[in-house]
Amino acid sequence: MEVAVCVKRVPMVGGKIVLTADGQDVDTRMSGFTVSPHEECAVEEAVRLAERDGGRVTVLTLGPAAAADQLRDMLAIGASRAVLLETDGREWGPIATAAAIADALRAGGPYDLILFGNEAADTGGFQVGVRVAHLLGLPCVTGIKHLEVSGGRLRAGREYRGTEEAYDLPLPAVVSVKEGINLPRYPSLPGRLRAKRAVIERIEPVWHAEGLRKERLRVPAAQHKQAEILGTGAGAVPALVALLDDLGVLP
Amino acid sequence: MTVLCLVERDGEHAAEVSLRALTFARSLGDVTAVIMGNAATRPAGPPPGAADSGGDAGVGPALAADVSAYGAAEVYAVGLDGYAPQAWARALEGLAGEVAATAVVAAGTDRGHEVLAHLGAITGLPMAANCASAEPGTGGTLRLVRHRWAGSLLEDAVLAASPALLTVAVDAVPAVPAGQPAPAAVRAYQPVLDEADLVASATESAGRAGGASLATARVVVGGGRGVGGPDGFGVLEELAGLLGGVVGVSRVVTSEGWRPHQQQVGQTGTRISPELYLACGISGAIQHMAGCLSSKHIVAVNTDAGAPIIARADYAVIGDLNEVLPALVAAIRARG
Repeated sequence: MEVAVCVKRVPMVGGKIVLTADGQDVDTRMSGFTVSPHEECAVEEAVRLAERDGGRVTVLTLGPAAAADQLRDMLAIGASRAVLLETDGREWGPIATAAAIADALRAGGPYDLILFGNEAADTGGFQVGVRVAHLLGLPCVTGIKHLEVSGGRLRAGREYRGTEEAYDLPLPAVVSVKEGINLPRYPSLPGRLRAKRAVIERIEPVWHAEGLRKERLRVPAAQHKQAEILGTGAGAVPALVALLDDLGVLP
Repeated sequence: MTVLCLVERDGEHAAEVSLRALTFARSLGDVTAVIMGNAATRPAGPPPGAADSGGDAGVGPALAADVSAYGAAEVYAVGLDGYAPQAWARALEGLAGEVAATAVVAAGTDRGHEVLAHLGAITGLPMAANCASAEPGTGGTLRLVRHRWAGSLLEDAVLAASPALLTVAVDAVPAVPAGQPAPAAVRAYQPVLDEADLVASATESAGRAGGASLATARVVVGGGRGVGGPDGFGVLEELAGLLGGVVGVSRVVTSEGWRPHQQQVGQTGTRISPELYLACGISGAIQHMAGCLSSKHIVAVNTDAGAPIIARADYAVIGDLNEVLPALVAAIRARG
């Protein structure tokens, strides 16, 4: 079983998003980077499939040279091969990203299963996996939280308005998953050492403009409020009870 | 200027998120609603007094009334039973051509995103997900504000493409009925499909409603790293029980395996909109806040007065949840 997983390097943001002075990007000078959460689960899912059925897991990312760090993180949790679609650091739109990934998958495949995260944590475009599926002529399901693969087919499940939806597809196929499908493992020490030594394959795709163009980013105004302090410790309980009473939530 | 709006169902009615999408779509032109027929939700028997002139693709009177109340002058009832995202996109592609649509709009739900992503892939057009507003720009472009980081960051963008493919951020726009609604004419539409469009087709089973009670709960008692471990949730469960609510947790709690992922509130978990969100021992990372900002009232209990959540909550108690919550439970019980 050959599985490819496409991941994205995203800023690690905590309590507050800080923007660069020109409003074009998240200021990451004081923060690190990570793999977008849904995609970390996609890699874990792929590694479990390969551990069970044999085969290889290839991780791909489109990003700057430093995105090799995120590929190594994924190698450390069990991926066996990594491909960096290296950019000059500019933001890529979903159409160009999908085209570059589809080219890389064609060149490096064939793959039985291609996994994505449902949406990138930062740009939230909700589409690269679907576009890649169309470019490769493969069936596709998104938002998956339960996946089984056997006998050349996959069964995938997700929730819709409180009910379970199930899909049954032939392989090869494209699946985008959501966090919660599994609990990703921590990297082992041998895994980290292997990842450190691994060779990362590099491709340099060509950026192109598309019809949706970012002008600038803004932090929404509603974020700047300040809570009214009801008190400290158990001493605040009478005020808290009075508040809950006002809100009409007490029994 | 015709704008197609994909309308999702909630039983025999239109889903609230789709009423919001219709409200959004009205600002872009004359709205034509698109409703996918679905035998499973089709009312039994002929609908009495239906304004249904074009067959019975499953658009009952309540649904037709909803979409016309929110400004759709026409409704296309598409003859597709069940959910197949690529087939739904094919139907929107055909209809967009038929009515010369300048925009195709859907609610920013799992289905809305998925179907419009397929439509973008089929047509080669850009798709802007989770828009909060759209207005005409120069040269036939649209000026958009869209959500990044699940709404924790806004992007001003220009979209130069027709039709414009947009999903509407589910909590960005209130549903506002149209000023002078007229009964919408319902027409049937049969999309031209090939086999590949139906390979991914959903079978639904009413089963576990994972996260559903969290999404609709009137009170959510939240627990984060400050709970300390998997054994610390008893007092949160007890308080939630007293208040008729449920327990929700932050991402660190599910990543550590302390609680199941269905209980996660946030960008990669469930979005909640309770009357009260009591967030205990939660620092307030933006990914968490993205999931709870629709709460009417947020009360934080945190030992750190400088925690980000204090700047996002309405009220706060500075203190250890292991001291505050037992005292709160005792005080509520003492009221009788």
